[in-house]
Amino acid sequence: MSRFSTPNPQLNELGKIKHFLTLEGLKQHHLVEILDTAESFINPKTDEIKKVPILRGKTIMNLFFEPSTRTRTTFEIAENRLSADVASLDIATSATKKGESLLDTLWNLQAMQADMFVIRHAESGAAHFFAQHVAPHVHVLNAGDGQHAHPTQAMLDMFTIRKHKGDVFDLKVAIVGDVLHSRVVRSQIQALSILEAREIRVIGPKTLMPTHPEAMGVHYYDNIEEGLNDVDVIIMVRLQNERMKSALIPSEKEFFKLYGLTEKRLALAKPDAIVMHPGPINRGVEIDSAVADGPQSVILQQVTYGIAVRMAVMAIIMSNSAQLAQHQSEQASLELEELAALNPTSENPTVEKA
Amino acid sequence: MTDLMTELNIDVEALMQNICEQLQKRDVLQQDPKMIGILKGGAWVAQKLHAQLKIDAPLGELDISFYRDDFSKIGLNPTVQPSTIPWEIEDQHIILVDDVLYTGRTVRAALNEIFDFGRPASVTLVTLLDRKGCRELPFHVDVTGMEIECNRTIHVSGPDPLKVSLVDNSKEQEA
Repeated sequence: MSRFSTPNPQLNELGKIKHFLTLEGLKQHHLVEILDTAESFINPKTDEIKKVPILRGKTIMNLFFEPSTRTRTTFEIAENRLSADVASLDIATSATKKGESLLDTLWNLQAMQADMFVIRHAESGAAHFFAQHVAPHVHVLNAGDGQHAHPTQAMLDMFTIRKHKGDVFDLKVAIVGDVLHSRVVRSQIQALSILEAREIRVIGPKTLMPTHPEAMGVHYYDNIEEGLNDVDVIIMVRLQNERMKSALIPSEKEFFKLYGLTEKRLALAKPDAIVMHPGPINRGVEIDSAVADGPQSVILQQVTYGIAVRMAVMAIIMSNSAQLAQHQSEQASLELEELAALNPTSENPTVEKA
Repeated sequence: MTDLMTELNIDVEALMQNICEQLQKRDVLQQDPKMIGILKGGAWVAQKLHAQLKIDAPLGELDISFYRDDFSKIGLNPTVQPSTIPWEIEDQHIILVDDVLYTGRTVRAALNEIFDFGRPASVTLVTLLDRKGCRELPFHVDVTGMEIECNRTIHVSGPDPLKVSLVDNSKEQEA
Protein backbone atom coordinates (compact mmCIF):
# COMPACT_ATOMS: atom_id res chain seq x y z
CA MET A 1 0.00 0.00 0.00
CA SER A 2 1.21 3.51 -0.75
CA ARG A 3 1.77 6.14 1.90
CA PHE A 4 -1.44 7.83 0.74
CA SER A 5 -3.48 5.04 2.21
CA THR A 6 -2.34 5.90 5.73
CA PRO A 7 -5.59 6.58 7.56
CA ASN A 8 -6.18 10.20 8.53
CA PRO A 9 -6.02 10.22 12.36
CA GLN A 10 -8.88 12.69 12.57
CA LEU A 11 -11.39 10.50 10.70
CA ASN A 12 -13.23 7.49 12.11
CA GLU A 13 -13.63 4.18 10.30
CA LEU A 14 -16.67 5.55 8.44
CA GLY A 15 -14.54 8.41 7.07
CA LYS A 16 -16.26 11.00 9.28
CA ILE A 17 -14.61 13.60 11.48
CA LYS A 18 -13.61 12.23 14.88
CA HIS A 19 -11.03 14.80 15.98
CA PHE A 20 -10.77 18.25 14.43
CA LEU A 21 -7.05 18.95 14.34
CA THR A 22 -6.28 20.45 10.94
CA LEU A 23 -8.01 20.95 7.60
CA GLU A 24 -5.23 19.10 5.84
CA GLY A 25 -6.53 15.85 4.40
CA LEU A 26 -10.21 16.75 4.77
CA LYS A 27 -12.50 16.60 1.74
CA GLN A 28 -14.79 19.28 0.40
CA HIS A 29 -17.86 17.44 1.73
CA HIS A 30 -16.45 17.56 5.29
CA LEU A 31 -16.09 21.34 5.06
CA VAL A 32 -19.45 21.88 3.39
CA GLU A 33 -21.15 19.81 6.10
CA ILE A 34 -19.64 22.11 8.75
CA LEU A 35 -20.74 25.25 6.87
CA ASP A 36 -24.27 23.91 6.28
CA THR A 37 -24.69 22.80 9.88
CA ALA A 38 -23.45 26.19 11.13
CA GLU A 39 -26.10 27.81 8.92
CA SER A 40 -28.82 25.83 10.68
CA PHE A 41 -27.90 27.37 14.05
CA ILE A 42 -28.37 30.94 12.86
CA ASN A 43 -31.70 32.66 12.45
CA PRO A 44 -31.55 33.83 8.83
CA LYS A 45 -33.31 37.12 9.58
CA THR A 46 -31.80 38.22 12.89
CA ASP A 47 -28.41 36.42 12.99
CA GLU A 48 -29.47 35.21 16.43
CA ILE A 49 -28.01 31.91 17.62
CA LYS A 50 -30.45 29.95 19.77
CA LYS A 51 -29.61 27.42 22.44
CA VAL A 52 -30.35 23.80 21.45
CA PRO A 53 -30.37 20.70 23.66
CA ILE A 54 -28.31 18.27 21.56
CA LEU A 55 -25.19 17.94 23.73
CA ARG A 56 -27.06 17.68 27.01
CA GLY A 57 -25.16 15.38 29.37
CA LYS A 58 -21.89 15.74 27.46
CA THR A 59 -18.87 17.34 29.10
CA ILE A 60 -16.50 19.55 27.15
CA MET A 61 -13.25 20.81 28.65
CA ASN A 62 -11.39 23.80 27.31
CA LEU A 63 -7.68 23.48 27.91
CA PHE A 64 -5.94 26.74 27.13
CA PHE A 65 -2.20 26.46 27.56
CA GLU A 66 -1.85 29.79 25.76
CA PRO A 67 -3.85 32.92 26.48
CA SER A 68 -6.86 33.68 24.29
CA THR A 69 -9.89 35.89 24.65
CA ARG A 70 -11.98 35.59 21.50
CA THR A 71 -11.45 31.92 20.71
CA ARG A 72 -11.92 30.74 24.26
CA THR A 73 -15.01 32.85 24.86
CA THR A 74 -16.69 31.85 21.60
CA PHE A 75 -15.92 28.20 22.31
CA GLU A 76 -17.50 28.52 25.75
CA ILE A 77 -20.57 30.24 24.34
CA ALA A 78 -20.84 27.63 21.57
CA GLU A 79 -20.62 24.79 24.09
CA ASN A 80 -23.25 26.40 26.29
CA ARG A 81 -25.56 26.96 23.32
CA LEU A 82 -25.31 23.23 22.60
CA SER A 83 -26.30 22.57 26.26
CA ALA A 84 -23.05 20.77 27.09
CA ASP A 85 -21.48 20.92 30.54
CA VAL A 86 -18.41 23.10 30.24
CA ALA A 87 -15.20 23.34 32.24
CA SER A 88 -12.48 25.77 31.23
CA LEU A 89 -8.99 25.32 32.58
CA ASP A 90 -6.32 27.92 32.49
CA ILE A 91 -3.56 25.37 32.40
CA ALA A 92 -0.83 27.96 32.09
CA THR A 93 -1.51 28.85 35.72
CA SER A 94 -2.39 25.48 37.24
CA ALA A 95 -1.34 21.85 37.51
CA THR A 96 1.44 21.79 34.93
CA LYS A 97 3.15 24.52 36.93
CA LYS A 98 3.25 22.10 39.85
CA GLY A 99 5.25 19.63 37.75
CA GLU A 100 2.44 17.38 36.51
CA SER A 101 3.18 16.04 33.04
CA LEU A 102 0.89 16.86 30.13
CA LEU A 103 -0.36 13.30 29.86
CA ASP A 104 -1.06 13.00 33.58
CA THR A 105 -3.10 16.19 33.35
CA LEU A 106 -4.95 14.78 30.35
CA TRP A 107 -5.74 11.44 31.97
CA ASN A 108 -6.95 13.10 35.15
CA LEU A 109 -9.30 15.31 33.19
CA GLN A 110 -10.44 12.32 31.19
CA ALA A 111 -11.25 10.55 34.45
CA MET A 112 -13.60 13.46 35.18
CA GLN A 113 -15.67 12.07 32.30
CA ALA A 114 -14.82 14.54 29.59
CA ASP A 115 -16.28 13.74 26.17
CA MET A 116 -14.31 16.37 24.30
CA PHE A 117 -11.21 18.49 24.80
CA VAL A 118 -10.75 21.84 23.13
CA ILE A 119 -7.04 22.55 23.18
CA ARG A 120 -4.90 25.59 22.52
CA HIS A 121 -1.17 25.21 22.89
CA ALA A 122 1.95 27.13 21.88
CA GLU A 123 3.58 23.97 20.48
CA SER A 124 2.73 22.83 16.95
CA GLY A 125 1.30 19.31 17.03
CA ALA A 126 -0.01 19.52 20.62
CA ALA A 127 -3.59 18.68 19.59
CA HIS A 128 -2.39 15.66 17.56
CA PHE A 129 -0.44 14.48 20.59
CA PHE A 130 -3.55 14.67 22.76
CA ALA A 131 -5.67 12.94 20.13
CA GLN A 132 -3.21 10.03 20.08
CA HIS A 133 -3.52 9.51 23.82
CA VAL A 134 -7.19 10.05 24.67
CA ALA A 135 -9.61 7.18 25.23
CA PRO A 136 -11.45 6.00 22.08
CA HIS A 137 -14.72 7.75 23.00
CA VAL A 138 -13.03 11.10 23.69
CA HIS A 139 -12.64 13.77 20.99
CA VAL A 140 -10.04 16.47 20.53
CA LEU A 141 -10.58 19.81 18.89
CA ASN A 142 -7.67 22.05 17.98
CA ALA A 143 -8.19 25.67 18.99
CA GLY A 144 -4.75 26.68 17.71
CA ASP A 145 -1.40 24.89 18.02
CA GLY A 146 1.84 26.83 17.59
CA GLN A 147 2.38 27.86 14.00
CA HIS A 148 0.59 24.79 12.71
CA ALA A 149 -3.19 25.12 12.46
CA HIS A 150 -6.29 26.90 13.70
CA PRO A 151 -9.00 25.05 11.79
CA THR A 152 -12.12 26.49 13.44
CA GLN A 153 -10.89 30.04 12.73
CA ALA A 154 -10.40 29.15 9.06
CA MET A 155 -13.86 27.57 8.92
CA LEU A 156 -15.54 30.64 10.41
CA ASP A 157 -13.69 32.72 7.83
CA MET A 158 -15.04 30.47 5.06
CA PHE A 159 -18.50 30.77 6.59
CA THR A 160 -18.24 34.57 6.60
CA ILE A 161 -17.11 34.57 2.97
CA ARG A 162 -19.97 32.27 1.99
CA LYS A 163 -22.51 34.44 3.85
CA HIS A 164 -21.40 37.52 1.89
CA LYS A 165 -20.42 36.04 -1.45
CA GLY A 166 -22.72 33.03 -1.71
CA ASP A 167 -19.85 30.62 -2.34
CA VAL A 168 -16.07 30.45 -1.91
CA PHE A 169 -15.73 28.88 -5.33
CA ASP A 170 -14.49 31.24 -8.06
CA LEU A 171 -13.37 34.02 -5.69
CA LYS A 172 -10.05 35.84 -5.62
CA VAL A 173 -8.83 36.07 -2.05
CA ALA A 174 -5.84 38.07 -0.79
CA ILE A 175 -4.22 37.37 2.56
CA VAL A 176 -2.02 40.24 3.78
CA GLY A 177 0.60 40.23 6.51
CA ASP A 178 2.59 37.75 8.54
CA VAL A 179 2.07 34.51 6.62
CA LEU A 180 5.18 32.86 8.02
CA HIS A 181 4.15 32.74 11.67
CA SER A 182 0.40 32.48 11.30
CA ARG A 183 -1.41 29.20 11.96
CA VAL A 184 -4.59 30.96 10.91
CA VAL A 185 -3.22 31.66 7.43
CA ARG A 186 -2.02 28.08 7.01
CA SER A 187 -5.52 26.80 7.80
CA GLN A 188 -7.17 29.50 5.66
CA ILE A 189 -5.09 28.53 2.63
CA GLN A 190 -6.02 24.87 3.11
CA ALA A 191 -9.71 25.73 3.46
CA LEU A 192 -9.70 28.00 0.41
CA SER A 193 -7.96 25.31 -1.65
CA ILE A 194 -10.36 22.57 -0.56
CA LEU A 195 -13.33 24.82 -1.37
CA GLU A 196 -11.74 25.65 -4.74
CA ALA A 197 -11.28 29.40 -4.51
CA ARG A 198 -10.23 30.70 -7.92
CA GLU A 199 -7.07 32.40 -6.73
CA ILE A 200 -5.30 32.72 -3.39
CA ARG A 201 -2.79 35.53 -3.04
CA VAL A 202 -0.45 36.18 -0.15
CA ILE A 203 0.93 39.67 0.28
CA GLY A 204 3.72 40.83 2.59
CA PRO A 205 7.46 41.33 2.94
CA LYS A 206 9.67 38.35 2.03
CA THR A 207 10.85 38.17 5.65
CA LEU A 208 7.30 37.25 6.75
CA MET A 209 6.79 34.60 4.04
CA PRO A 210 7.80 30.96 3.91
CA THR A 211 10.74 30.30 1.57
CA HIS A 212 8.50 28.95 -1.19
CA PRO A 213 4.98 30.35 -0.79
CA GLU A 214 4.07 28.92 -4.22
CA ALA A 215 4.37 25.43 -2.71
CA MET A 216 1.16 26.18 -0.78
CA GLY A 217 -0.67 26.78 -4.05
CA VAL A 218 -0.75 30.55 -3.70
CA HIS A 219 0.51 33.54 -5.67
CA TYR A 220 2.97 35.74 -3.84
CA TYR A 221 3.02 39.55 -4.13
CA ASP A 222 5.44 41.76 -2.25
CA ASN A 223 3.63 44.83 -3.57
CA ILE A 224 0.25 45.32 -1.91
CA GLU A 225 -1.11 47.58 -4.65
CA GLU A 226 -0.60 44.85 -7.25
CA GLY A 227 -1.79 42.10 -4.95
CA LEU A 228 -5.10 43.74 -4.04
CA ASN A 229 -6.05 44.49 -7.61
CA ASP A 230 -9.51 43.05 -8.41
CA VAL A 231 -9.82 40.74 -5.38
CA ASP A 232 -13.19 39.76 -3.82
CA VAL A 233 -11.95 39.16 -0.29
CA ILE A 234 -9.13 40.75 1.72
CA ILE A 235 -7.97 38.96 4.85
CA MET A 236 -5.61 40.98 7.06
CA VAL A 237 -3.55 39.15 9.66
CA ARG A 238 -1.68 40.71 12.52
CA LEU A 239 2.06 40.67 13.08
CA GLN A 240 2.76 37.71 15.33
CA ASN A 241 5.31 39.55 17.48
CA GLU A 242 5.28 36.83 20.10
CA ARG A 243 6.37 34.24 17.55
CA MET A 244 9.09 36.30 15.85
CA LYS A 245 12.54 35.30 16.98
CA SER A 246 14.23 38.39 15.55
CA ALA A 247 13.29 41.73 14.05
CA LEU A 248 11.77 40.80 10.70
CA ILE A 249 10.34 44.22 9.97
CA PRO A 250 12.04 47.60 10.44
CA SER A 251 9.17 49.03 12.53
CA GLU A 252 5.40 48.89 12.86
CA LYS A 253 5.19 52.36 11.34
CA GLU A 254 7.19 51.22 8.35
CA PHE A 255 5.01 48.12 8.01
CA PHE A 256 1.87 50.22 7.93
CA LYS A 257 3.39 52.47 5.27
CA LEU A 258 4.18 49.48 3.07
CA TYR A 259 1.39 46.98 3.81
CA GLY A 260 -1.26 48.64 5.99
CA LEU A 261 -4.79 48.46 4.57
CA THR A 262 -5.99 52.01 3.91
CA GLU A 263 -9.12 53.21 2.13
CA LYS A 264 -6.96 54.13 -0.86
CA ARG A 265 -5.60 50.60 -1.14
CA LEU A 266 -8.99 49.02 -0.48
CA ALA A 267 -10.29 50.90 -3.54
CA LEU A 268 -8.03 48.73 -5.73
CA ALA A 269 -10.06 45.62 -4.87
CA LYS A 270 -13.49 44.92 -6.35
CA PRO A 271 -16.02 47.57 -5.22
CA ASP A 272 -17.97 44.95 -3.24
CA ALA A 273 -14.88 43.33 -1.71
CA ILE A 274 -15.12 42.42 1.98
CA VAL A 275 -12.40 43.01 4.58
CA MET A 276 -11.75 40.34 7.19
CA HIS A 277 -9.39 40.01 10.15
CA PRO A 278 -9.19 37.12 12.62
CA GLY A 279 -8.35 39.56 15.42
CA PRO A 280 -6.99 40.95 17.57
CA ILE A 281 -6.59 43.91 15.24
CA ASN A 282 -3.74 46.38 15.58
CA ARG A 283 -5.13 49.68 14.38
CA GLY A 284 -2.52 51.67 12.52
CA VAL A 285 -0.19 48.67 12.12
CA GLU A 286 -1.86 46.35 9.60
CA ILE A 287 -5.20 48.13 9.20
CA ASP A 288 -6.42 51.71 9.27
CA SER A 289 -9.33 52.43 11.63
CA ALA A 290 -11.34 53.88 8.75
CA VAL A 291 -11.21 50.48 7.02
CA ALA A 292 -11.66 48.34 10.15
CA ASP A 293 -14.81 50.30 11.05
CA GLY A 294 -15.87 50.93 7.44
CA PRO A 295 -18.80 49.54 5.46
CA GLN A 296 -16.77 46.76 3.79
CA SER A 297 -15.46 45.40 7.09
CA VAL A 298 -17.07 42.16 8.33
CA ILE A 299 -14.65 41.72 11.24
CA LEU A 300 -17.28 41.68 13.98
CA GLN A 301 -19.58 39.35 12.04
CA GLN A 302 -16.68 36.89 11.91
CA VAL A 303 -16.79 36.78 15.71
CA THR A 304 -20.53 36.04 15.79
CA TYR A 305 -20.26 33.41 13.08
CA GLY A 306 -17.43 31.84 15.08
CA ILE A 307 -20.00 30.71 17.63
CA ALA A 308 -22.18 28.94 15.04
CA VAL A 309 -19.21 27.34 13.27
CA ARG A 310 -17.75 26.00 16.52
CA MET A 311 -21.20 24.68 17.48
CA ALA A 312 -21.34 22.94 14.11
CA VAL A 313 -17.93 21.27 14.48
CA MET A 314 -18.74 20.00 17.98
CA ALA A 315 -22.25 18.83 17.01
CA ILE A 316 -20.90 16.99 13.96
CA ILE A 317 -18.17 15.26 15.97
CA MET A 318 -20.65 14.02 18.59
CA SER A 319 -23.13 13.06 15.86
CA ASN A 320 -20.47 11.06 14.04
CA SER A 321 -19.58 9.36 17.28
CA ALA A 322 -23.24 8.34 17.80
CA GLN A 323 -23.51 7.06 14.24
CA LEU A 324 -20.32 5.05 14.56
CA ALA A 325 -21.56 3.41 17.78
CA GLN A 326 -24.85 2.58 16.05
CA HIS A 327 -22.98 1.18 13.04
CA GLN A 328 -20.78 -0.96 15.28
CA SER A 329 -23.72 -2.43 17.16
CA GLU A 330 -25.46 -3.23 13.85
CA GLN A 331 -22.28 -4.89 12.57
CA ALA A 332 -22.05 -6.91 15.77
CA SER A 333 -25.60 -8.22 15.48
CA LEU A 334 -25.06 -8.99 11.77
CA GLU A 335 -22.01 -11.05 12.65
CA LEU A 336 -24.01 -12.91 15.28
CA GLU A 337 -26.73 -13.68 12.72
CA GLU A 338 -24.11 -14.95 10.27
CA LEU A 339 -22.65 -17.12 12.99
CA ALA A 340 -26.08 -18.49 13.79
CA ALA A 341 -26.70 -19.24 10.10
CA LEU A 342 -23.45 -21.18 9.93
CA ASN A 343 -24.29 -23.21 13.06
CA PRO A 344 -28.07 -23.62 12.99
CA THR A 345 -28.02 -26.26 15.76
CA SER A 346 -25.92 -24.38 18.25
CA GLU A 347 -27.89 -22.74 20.99
CA ASN A 348 -27.11 -19.09 21.33
CA PRO A 349 -29.52 -17.10 23.47
CA THR A 350 -28.43 -13.75 22.00
CA VAL A 351 -29.22 -14.88 18.48
CA GLU A 352 -32.62 -16.20 19.52
CA LYS A 353 -33.49 -12.77 20.79
CA ALA A 354 -32.36 -11.12 17.56
CA MET B 1 -43.39 -7.63 -2.52
CA THR B 2 -45.40 -4.94 -4.28
CA ASP B 3 -48.23 -7.30 -5.21
CA LEU B 4 -48.78 -8.02 -1.52
CA MET B 5 -49.28 -4.34 -0.78
CA THR B 6 -52.26 -2.28 -1.65
CA GLU B 7 -51.45 1.35 -2.19
CA LEU B 8 -54.18 3.85 -1.60
CA ASN B 9 -54.08 7.51 -2.55
CA ILE B 10 -55.71 9.82 -0.03
CA ASP B 11 -57.83 12.78 -1.10
CA VAL B 12 -55.79 15.51 0.62
CA GLU B 13 -58.28 18.27 -0.31
CA ALA B 14 -61.09 16.45 1.49
CA LEU B 15 -58.94 16.01 4.60
CA MET B 16 -58.04 19.70 4.53
CA GLN B 17 -61.70 20.60 4.24
CA ASN B 18 -62.49 18.35 7.16
CA ILE B 19 -59.75 19.95 9.29
CA CYS B 20 -60.87 23.49 8.42
CA GLU B 21 -64.46 22.71 9.37
CA GLN B 22 -63.41 21.27 12.71
CA LEU B 23 -61.08 24.19 13.44
CA GLN B 24 -63.78 26.72 12.62
CA LYS B 25 -65.88 25.30 15.44
CA ARG B 26 -63.05 25.97 17.90
CA ASP B 27 -62.44 29.16 19.90
CA VAL B 28 -58.78 29.29 18.89
CA LEU B 29 -59.61 30.83 15.50
CA GLN B 30 -61.16 33.83 17.28
CA GLN B 31 -58.04 34.27 19.44
CA ASP B 32 -55.69 35.68 16.79
CA PRO B 33 -53.92 32.31 16.50
CA LYS B 34 -50.34 31.78 15.32
CA MET B 35 -49.67 28.70 13.18
CA ILE B 36 -46.50 26.60 13.23
CA GLY B 37 -45.72 23.77 10.80
CA ILE B 38 -43.19 21.05 11.61
CA LEU B 39 -40.67 20.61 8.77
CA LYS B 40 -41.05 19.15 6.28
CA GLY B 41 -44.39 17.38 5.85
CA GLY B 42 -46.11 19.37 8.59
CA ALA B 43 -44.98 22.64 7.06
CA TRP B 44 -46.50 21.63 3.70
CA VAL B 45 -49.83 20.92 5.38
CA ALA B 46 -49.55 24.13 7.41
CA GLN B 47 -48.94 26.24 4.28
CA LYS B 48 -52.27 25.07 2.86
CA LEU B 49 -54.18 25.42 6.12
CA HIS B 50 -52.69 28.85 6.77
CA ALA B 51 -53.97 30.06 3.39
CA GLN B 52 -57.37 28.38 3.64
CA LEU B 53 -58.05 29.69 7.16
CA LYS B 54 -56.77 33.17 6.19
CA ILE B 55 -54.61 33.48 9.32
CA ASP B 56 -53.12 36.99 9.58
CA ALA B 57 -49.78 36.32 11.28
CA PRO B 58 -47.13 34.78 9.03
CA LEU B 59 -46.54 31.03 9.26
CA GLY B 60 -43.83 29.75 11.59
CA GLU B 61 -41.73 26.68 10.81
CA LEU B 62 -39.95 24.37 13.21
CA ASP B 63 -37.09 22.01 12.41
CA ILE B 64 -37.10 19.75 15.44
CA SER B 65 -33.85 17.94 14.51
CA PHE B 66 -31.90 19.51 17.38
CA TYR B 67 -34.65 18.49 19.82
CA ARG B 68 -34.99 14.83 18.86
CA ASP B 69 -34.50 12.31 21.64
CA ASP B 70 -32.44 9.93 19.52
CA PHE B 71 -29.42 12.19 18.84
CA SER B 72 -27.25 9.86 20.94
CA LYS B 73 -28.38 6.97 18.69
CA ILE B 74 -28.59 8.34 15.17
CA GLY B 75 -26.77 11.67 15.31
CA LEU B 76 -27.60 14.82 13.42
CA ASN B 77 -30.11 15.05 10.60
CA PRO B 78 -27.98 16.17 7.64
CA THR B 79 -30.73 18.36 6.19
CA VAL B 80 -31.42 20.36 9.33
CA GLN B 81 -32.72 23.88 8.70
CA PRO B 82 -33.11 26.87 11.01
CA SER B 83 -36.49 27.21 12.70
CA THR B 84 -38.28 30.45 11.93
CA ILE B 85 -40.81 31.81 14.39
CA PRO B 86 -41.52 35.34 13.13
CA TRP B 87 -43.43 36.52 16.22
CA GLU B 88 -43.32 36.20 20.02
CA ILE B 89 -44.59 32.86 21.37
CA GLU B 90 -45.32 34.32 24.81
CA ASP B 91 -49.07 34.27 25.62
CA GLN B 92 -50.07 33.35 22.07
CA HIS B 93 -52.57 30.70 20.99
CA ILE B 94 -50.58 28.30 18.81
CA ILE B 95 -51.91 25.91 16.18
CA LEU B 96 -49.21 23.26 15.80
CA VAL B 97 -49.44 21.36 12.50
CA ASP B 98 -47.83 18.08 11.47
CA ASP B 99 -48.60 15.60 8.71
CA VAL B 100 -48.96 12.50 10.88
CA LEU B 101 -49.24 11.84 14.62
CA TYR B 102 -47.52 8.51 15.18
CA THR B 103 -45.38 7.74 18.27
CA GLY B 104 -45.77 11.26 19.70
CA ARG B 105 -42.01 11.85 19.86
CA THR B 106 -42.02 14.59 17.21
CA VAL B 107 -44.73 16.47 19.10
CA ARG B 108 -42.72 16.17 22.31
CA ALA B 109 -39.68 17.65 20.52
CA ALA B 110 -41.77 20.41 18.93
CA LEU B 111 -43.35 21.40 22.26
CA ASN B 112 -39.93 21.58 23.90
CA GLU B 113 -38.65 23.81 21.14
CA ILE B 114 -41.76 26.03 21.30
CA PHE B 115 -41.30 26.44 25.04
CA ASP B 116 -37.69 27.49 24.49
CA PHE B 117 -39.08 30.46 22.56
CA GLY B 118 -41.64 31.34 25.25
CA ARG B 119 -44.76 30.26 27.11
CA PRO B 120 -47.75 30.00 24.79
CA ALA B 121 -51.28 30.57 26.10
CA SER B 122 -52.37 27.32 24.43
CA VAL B 123 -51.28 24.78 21.82
CA THR B 124 -53.80 23.08 19.53
CA LEU B 125 -52.41 20.03 17.74
CA VAL B 126 -53.59 19.48 14.17
CA THR B 127 -52.46 16.59 11.96
CA LEU B 128 -53.55 15.44 8.54
CA LEU B 129 -53.57 11.83 9.70
CA ASP B 130 -53.68 10.17 13.10
CA ARG B 131 -51.90 6.85 13.01
CA LYS B 132 -53.55 5.20 15.97
CA GLY B 133 -52.38 2.40 18.18
CA CYS B 134 -48.63 2.97 18.22
CA ARG B 135 -48.31 5.93 20.56
CA GLU B 136 -45.23 5.83 22.78
CA LEU B 137 -45.94 9.09 24.62
CA PRO B 138 -49.20 10.38 26.07
CA PHE B 139 -50.34 12.71 23.28
CA HIS B 140 -53.63 12.98 21.47
CA VAL B 141 -54.49 15.10 18.48
CA ASP B 142 -57.08 17.89 18.79
CA VAL B 143 -58.05 18.02 15.12
CA THR B 144 -57.23 15.44 12.46
CA GLY B 145 -58.33 14.80 8.91
CA MET B 146 -58.52 11.04 9.27
CA GLU B 147 -57.64 8.20 11.61
CA ILE B 148 -55.78 5.20 10.24
CA GLU B 149 -54.51 1.97 11.71
CA CYS B 150 -50.90 1.56 12.73
CA ASN B 151 -50.16 -1.27 10.31
CA ARG B 152 -50.31 1.09 7.36
CA THR B 153 -47.23 2.90 6.15
CA ILE B 154 -47.72 6.46 4.99
CA HIS B 155 -45.93 8.25 2.16
CA VAL B 156 -46.18 12.02 2.13
CA SER B 157 -44.75 14.06 -0.76
CA GLY B 158 -45.01 17.77 -1.49
CA PRO B 159 -45.21 20.65 -1.21
CA ASP B 160 -47.06 21.09 -4.49
CA PRO B 161 -48.99 18.93 -5.13
CA LEU B 162 -49.29 17.59 -1.61
CA LYS B 163 -49.85 13.86 -1.95
CA VAL B 164 -50.47 11.22 0.67
CA SER B 165 -50.68 7.50 0.02
CA LEU B 166 -51.17 4.57 2.36
CA VAL B 167 -49.49 1.22 2.00
CA ASP B 168 -51.18 -1.67 3.76
CA ASN B 169 -48.31 -3.82 4.92
CA SER B 170 -50.33 -6.10 7.21
CA LYS B 171 -50.44 -8.77 4.49
CA GLU B 172 -46.72 -8.42 4.02
CA GLN B 173 -46.20 -8.92 7.73
CA GLU B 174 -48.42 -12.00 7.69
CA ALA B 175 -46.53 -13.40 4.71
